[in-house]
Amino acid sequence: MNLELFLITAAALFCVGLYGALTQQSIVMLMMGLELMLGGVILAAGAAWHHIAPAAADGQVLIVVAITAMAVEMAIGFAVVTALFRSREVDTTDMAAELRE
Amino acid sequence: MSTAAFWALAVLAVASGIMVFRFDSMARATFSLLTALLCVGGELIVLGLDYLGVVTVLMMTIEMAIMAVFMIMFMMNPAGLMPMTMLHNRRGAALICAGSFTSLVVGILLVPWPRRVGRAPADPTMDLGMSLMGPQMLTMMTLGMALFATIVATVVLATRRGRYDRYGDDLRAARPDDPVRGGVGR
Repeated sequence: MNLELFLITAAALFCVGLYGALTQQSIVMLMMGLELMLGGVILAAGAAWHHIAPAAADGQVLIVVAITAMAVEMAIGFAVVTALFRSREVDTTDMAAELRE
Repeated sequence: MSTAAFWALAVLAVASGIMVFRFDSMARATFSLLTALLCVGGELIVLGLDYLGVVTVLMMTIEMAIMAVFMIMFMMNPAGLMPMTMLHNRRGAALICAGSFTSLVVGILLVPWPRRVGRAPADPTMDLGMSLMGPQMLTMMTLGMALFATIVATVVLATRRGRYDRYGDDLRAARPDDPVRGGVGR
């Protein structure tokens, strides 16, 4: 249970989330992929705090930043989905691909 | 003990992370994501970050409950009863992800990580709080402003009819243009 194992787990979570974010057409599923990627970032930050510099609080602050980013991403993502659906009845990324006036 | 907890949580986190994109039913996918993120919170507790682990667990539980509602609202096929694929560019994405995972693992194994400096404080939560209210105050204030801006932006984006719809583009209409008259003497 060393730093490398934690970071490899975090990398696996990040890459699974990346795969989901790249392949899913539904915007809500795409956001689930982003959440998983941020989960990997949180785990990596925690492992770095514990195994590299536990005396400094910077690693913990990084986790707080990542958790806030997760909350902001969820809120803004759902607001954008709602706005998109209201204006164009669109709920997949491919249908929202064309910029038009 | 903590080694066993680490392995159990790590395997469960990655497995349920993969299952998020394999389940047809949206409710199952959401709860699978919840499991993955709860395992991340558990790993933080294994690392000695009790407060941040519990915060992660509580936040993810509520977040996934909200997400489940939105999933059912916006998905074409929320229950997964009609077999359909909602995927694009699978090969390209698989290549990108395999490539990035390989390069990350190679980097993780090759980088000479620095030795552990110092010891964890007796109460990491106290340390975090003193840091956020002291030297990291700028971070905390930036986060606060970002969250406030999120509240405003979310309301603006999700509002069906704002004041420009009701009073015109220059906000000079004498009477609001409402689908139903009434309310506050109008």
